[in-house]
Amino acid sequence: MAMKPHRKKRLTAILSSVIGVAIVVALVLYASEQKMNLFVTPTEVQAGKAPVDRIFRIGGLVKDGSVKRSSSSLLTEFIVTDMVADIYVTYDKIMPDLFREGQGVVAMGKMNSEGVFVASNILAKHDEEYKAPEVLDALERAGHPVDRTKSKSEGQE
Amino acid sequence: MWTWFYQLASPKWFYQFSNKLLPWFRAATFILFAAGLALGLLFSPLDYQQGNTVRILYIHVPAAFLSMFVYVLMALSGGIGFIWRIKMAHIVSVSCAPIGAIFTLLALITGAIWGKPTWGTYWVWDARLTSFLILLFLYLGFMALHNAFDDRKTADRAAAILALVGLVNIPIIHFSVEWWNSLHQGATISKFEKPSMDADMLKALLTMIVAFQVYFVTVLLQRVKAEILLREKLSGWVKKLVTNQ
Repeated sequence: MAMKPHRKKRLTAILSSVIGVAIVVALVLYASEQKMNLFVTPTEVQAGKAPVDRIFRIGGLVKDGSVKRSSSSLLTEFIVTDMVADIYVTYDKIMPDLFREGQGVVAMGKMNSEGVFVASNILAKHDEEYKAPEVLDALERAGHPVDRTKSKSEGQE
Repeated sequence: MWTWFYQLASPKWFYQFSNKLLPWFRAATFILFAAGLALGLLFSPLDYQQGNTVRILYIHVPAAFLSMFVYVLMALSGGIGFIWRIKMAHIVSVSCAPIGAIFTLLALITGAIWGKPTWGTYWVWDARLTSFLILLFLYLGFMALHNAFDDRKTADRAAAILALVGLVNIPIIHFSVEWWNSLHQGATISKFEKPSMDADMLKALLTMIVAFQVYFVTVLLQRVKAEILLREKLSGWVKKLVTNQ
């Protein structure tokens, strides 16, 4: 390509600085990989990768059939799973609207001495699927049972 | 083809060309927003889990998409101006910044409003939200840097370099939900897969994205016109234009 020398010089200067910065940023992000993650998975917790005696977040799916609500208080017990490992979680405040069995969840809190995760804050994780309720009705009428609380592709690493 | 390319680089020609385009873009903005809002607010279904909250998406997703699109345009035209010393390229780049910043702010605010009922929080320091906040700071930094120089040429070049270096953030925003565990969900619409979204919702969303695009071009042309007048205020054609009207 016929390009005047001073323009070529400017192009090289720009490209090399952009590429240089990109490499620096990539290395920084790679080095701080654990800090960039919002939460750890149950498998990582069981492998001992979770911080001890410190507040951290775990994320995964609320295991089907695991939610037990207390009849006298707000206390809720459930299991967070990534389909490999399970973690027992307790929480005594109001749950977000989208907290359901089979749905993604991110819980902040601490492990107690019995290996139960005592959550101080729960966030519901939404998935990338958007469906109309009528579509689910139609699927059911057509003889395809739909689990309305279940979502796929959540909590994977 | 080349004459057209050279004409594009002439502020006077670009000003007159914008004047011809603008009425069409204004009309298209109006029609597309009317259609998109009607589809999104009236003729699209509730989400099976979120209910009506899902409708924020028809503003949030186009705003977020445009903030990134405008940033790339701003950085590339700044780069073209830097390398080839084309005045018009810098004018476009500088005109992009405030529009992109507003789109970014809109995406952050609508995201927070959606996050509270859906996730249970307005804000969380996950990779997607944090990198998107950095995008807002890049826009603000670009504008601040451009204002910091008295000499317009130096300002144009310095701001262009900042914009180009900040391009690194764009793939980080896009892939943040795949590279790290984040609260923000993954992409719903992708070029290579069938979108995991109801067809009526998708129709409304795509219309709104086009509406935002056309609106952006309209506002950009307006800003570019104003910037041309400001920068060419000493040239004959601008003096004539101002005194004749």
